[in-house]
Amino acid sequence: MTLEQVLFGFFALVAVVSAVMMITGKNPVVSALFLVLNFGALSGTYVLLRAQFIAVVQIIVYAGAIMVLFLFVLMLLRPDREQSYFKDKPQMKLLAIIVGVLMLAQIAYAVLSTTTGKVAEEASRIETGTIENIGRELYTTYLLPFEAIAFVLLTATLGALVLSKKKLD
Amino acid sequence: MEPWINAGVALGKLLILANIVLINVAYLVYWERKLSAWAQSRVGPNRVGPAGLLQPFADVLKLVLKEDIVPTQAYKPIHTLAPFLALFVAFTSFAVIPIGPDITIADSAWQAIFGDSFSFAIIPSINPGILYILALTSIGVYAITMSGWSSGSKYSLLGGVRSSAQMISYEISMGFSIAGVVLLAQSLSPQAIIESQSGWMWNIFVQPIGFITFVTAAFAETNRLPFDLPEAEPELVGGYHTEYSSMKFGSFFLAEYANMTTASALIVLLYLGGWQVPYIEKLGLSETLTVIIQVAAFFLKVAALLFFFIWVRWSIPRFRYDQLMSIGWKVMFPLALINLVWVAVIAMIFN
Repeated sequence: MTLEQVLFGFFALVAVVSAVMMITGKNPVVSALFLVLNFGALSGTYVLLRAQFIAVVQIIVYAGAIMVLFLFVLMLLRPDREQSYFKDKPQMKLLAIIVGVLMLAQIAYAVLSTTTGKVAEEASRIETGTIENIGRELYTTYLLPFEAIAFVLLTATLGALVLSKKKLD
Repeated sequence: MEPWINAGVALGKLLILANIVLINVAYLVYWERKLSAWAQSRVGPNRVGPAGLLQPFADVLKLVLKEDIVPTQAYKPIHTLAPFLALFVAFTSFAVIPIGPDITIADSAWQAIFGDSFSFAIIPSINPGILYILALTSIGVYAITMSGWSSGSKYSLLGGVRSSAQMISYEISMGFSIAGVVLLAQSLSPQAIIESQSGWMWNIFVQPIGFITFVTAAFAETNRLPFDLPEAEPELVGGYHTEYSSMKFGSFFLAEYANMTTASALIVLLYLGGWQVPYIEKLGLSETLTVIIQVAAFFLKVAALLFFFIWVRWSIPRFRYDQLMSIGWKVMFPLALINLVWVAVIAMIFN
C-alpha cells in the first residue's frame, strides 16, 4: 500500500463514521460538530485528489462560516420537540424515505456510470487544482454559469435583507 | 530526497519552532504583566527569581497543580476537547510561516539531508499557504463556541455566541485585506508574498488602509482588548472559560498568547516585509550573516507588534457589542473593499 492509499483509507473512514454519527446523534449540537469533522475529512480527500484550493475553501466556507452560523442557532434553541417530530407527522416519515431512496439511487447511478480514466489522468497533474487554473477556467470557459451563480447569491442576500427588515418595522 | 528524511527534517523544525513559541508565550505573559504594571504605575511581578523572571514557571506550576473541576451540567467530551482545539489551532498556523529566506545549499553533505534548498517554514511547499492560515483561524471559532456551549452555564454560552458572531464578522474584512496583499504579490505562497515586498515596498506603505483593517481584524480574531467581548469579565465573569479550571484554563490562556504571536507573525509576513531588511545586500555581508540578520529582523518585528498588542490592551477600553458589530460591518468591511480597489488600480498602473 502506498502512503496515498493509507491516507485515503483514513480520511474515508473518518468521513463515513462522522457522517453516520451525525445522523444518528440525538444532540443537534454534537451532530453539527460531527458534520464539521466530516468536512475536515472530505477536505483531506480533496488534497489527495490534488485539489488543494477546493480543500482549503471547503474548510473556510463550510466549516468556518456556514456551520458556525448553524451552531449559533442550534446553541440558542433548545429543540426538545425534535424527538416527537415524526410522531406528530407520520406522513413526513414516508416523504423522508422516498427522498432517501432517491438520493441513494442518484449516488449509485453516479458511482456506477463514471469511468475513472479521465478523472485519474486529470488528477495526476499536480497543477490541476491550483487557484490559477481554477480562476482561469472560471473566467473563460465557465464565465456565464459563474455570473449566473453570482446573481442567484445576490438575490438570496437581498431576500434575506428584505425579510429581516420587515420584521424590524 | 527520501520521504522519511523529509519527515525527520520537518519534525526537527517543528520541535524547535514549537519550543520557541512556547517559551515566547511564557515570557509574553510576564511581559504583559510588567507592561500593565508600567501603564498603571505599579511594580509588577518581582518576587520569583531576579526581577520576577521565573514568574511564568511559577504560574504554570500553580495551574498544573490545581484541581481540575468539570461542572455537573457540562457536556464532558466537548468540554474537554475545546481547550485542546484552541491550542491545536494556535500552534498549527505557524507551520507555513517562513521566518527566514530559502537557502540554496551547495555542500553535498548537507544536500543529502536537506535537498537542494532549505526553508525555514515547517511545510514550505503548500501552494495556498495563506488560505491554510485563514482556514485554521476559521476553525479557531469552534474552540470558543464549543467551550461556551458545553460548559452548561449562561455566561459561557453568551461568551461563545458572542465570539462566533464576532469572528465571522471580522473574518470578512480580514479576508478582503489579505486579498489586497495577494493581488499585489500575485501568489498565495507566504514566501512569494514576502519576496514581493523587497526594498521599502512593504505593504504597510503601499496599502496602509489594508494594514489598518487587517490589524483590527487580527485584534478581533485573537479576542484581545478592545475586542475581548467573548470573555468580558465585568459582564460575563470570564465568558467562555468561566467553567474551566487547572490546565484546561491554562490551555485557553496559552492559546490566546500563541494566537497573538501567530497574528503578529502574520502581520509581519503580509505587511511588514517578513524577514526582509531593506538594502541589506548592499552592505556586502557574507551569506550566513545576512540570513542570521534577516531571521533576527523577523523576530524583532514580531516582538514590536506584540508590544503593540499589549500596549493597546492597556490603553483602550472595551467596545460595546453594538459598537463592535457596526465597526466590523460599516467601517472595516467598506475600508477593506476600498483598499482592494486601490490595490487593483496600483497593480494596473505599475504592472
